[in-house]
Amino acid sequence: MAILSVNLNVVSAEESLFSGAIESLQITGSEGELGIMPGHAPLLTSLKPGMARIVKKGGNEEVIYLSGGMLEVQPNHVTVLADIAVRGDDLDEQAALEAKERAEKHLNDQGNDIDYAEAASELARAVAQLRVIQATSKK
Amino acid sequence: MAGGKEIKSKIGSVQNTQKITSAMEMVAASKMRRAQDSMAASRPYAENMRNVIGHIALGNLEFRHPYMEEREAKRVGYIVVSTDRGLCGGLNINLFKQVLADAGKQQEAGAEVEFAVVGSKATAFFNNMGAKVVSQISGLGDNPSLTDLVGSVKVMLNAYDNGEIDRLFIVYNKFVNTMTQKPTIDQLLPLPKSDDDAIKHRWDYLYEPDAQALLEQLLVRYTESQVYQGVVENLACEQAARMVAMKAATDNAGDLIDDLQLVYNKARQASITQELSEICAGAAAV
Repeated sequence: MAILSVNLNVVSAEESLFSGAIESLQITGSEGELGIMPGHAPLLTSLKPGMARIVKKGGNEEVIYLSGGMLEVQPNHVTVLADIAVRGDDLDEQAALEAKERAEKHLNDQGNDIDYAEAASELARAVAQLRVIQATSKK
Repeated sequence: MAGGKEIKSKIGSVQNTQKITSAMEMVAASKMRRAQDSMAASRPYAENMRNVIGHIALGNLEFRHPYMEEREAKRVGYIVVSTDRGLCGGLNINLFKQVLADAGKQQEAGAEVEFAVVGSKATAFFNNMGAKVVSQISGLGDNPSLTDLVGSVKVMLNAYDNGEIDRLFIVYNKFVNTMTQKPTIDQLLPLPKSDDDAIKHRWDYLYEPDAQALLEQLLVRYTESQVYQGVVENLACEQAARMVAMKAATDNAGDLIDDLQLVYNKARQASITQELSEICAGAAAV
């Protein structure tokens, strides 16, 4: 019989966001999107800014924004160690839009000596937040 | 029996002390609330990090990081987390006793010990004792930041990398509840193995992107989170212990005042009786 659920813990440095049995997890790894199903082989990867879509046991979905971190997968246990994590419902769309505009302006603003990497990662974070907000409102 | 005046002034001074201790109790109680919140907030991260590290230590990884090698313990390092200020009961002393007992065992087994200390109480204690203190940091305040801690941790990690120490422990008070603080010694390096039986067979991770870079990133976060957790737990313990100690002091001062008041009243009565009997005797003599 196939294994039907796996334990997931999502923790950030500030709080524990999710703990319980899930059917699947979709998450943004540093090398691309990952889908984790029960019984996945052991995996260790770092995370990019993006969203974690959790399908809870019973089919309910939950979306969490992650600013980066680490993911560890064991066949019966998945752990997300996030730097900053926010539940989809708690994100502020207005603030994310403003952050995106600000970051884009910084990137286009060639004259000033701005930290390009800093602005690019800020943009990535803002875009990821917007994606999470969209995914949340679609539900 | 002391005169009424002396007792009166003694009562006054005990009352002043009582005011101070009860104020300290209230300050500690409110600080404890905040310290406890910040401790509870970062605890899940530290615990999950420890679990992940436990799995990694069990695995048969393609890349052997020096932190995973079990070396013979010739030198042992301790990071001792203590408070900056006193008046918190036996909190620090209990912790130091535990460290010394553990260090004594290591020394019997032929290992040398050295300490990295956090907090001025540990600095004073281990310097007085003549122990080898390689780094010290104090004055972290009520909101310790990771950047303040990194320097002193780095000294120990470098020592481990260079083979100057073979084991590294972190010592702090674990917050159980307001009344109970438990001195705890956790192994930091080499990575402590998890006792999860389900994954005892040979296996390795899939890595994305690359084993070495990932592990280094993870291990830095691991040591930082463990030390930070130790410091915030110890802070919550400090405030709880101080609150309890100051409450006891306030109660004791109350008892002392009651006793002194009794002595004072007796002395006053005795002097009145004496005066009366002197007057009566004088009147009878006339």
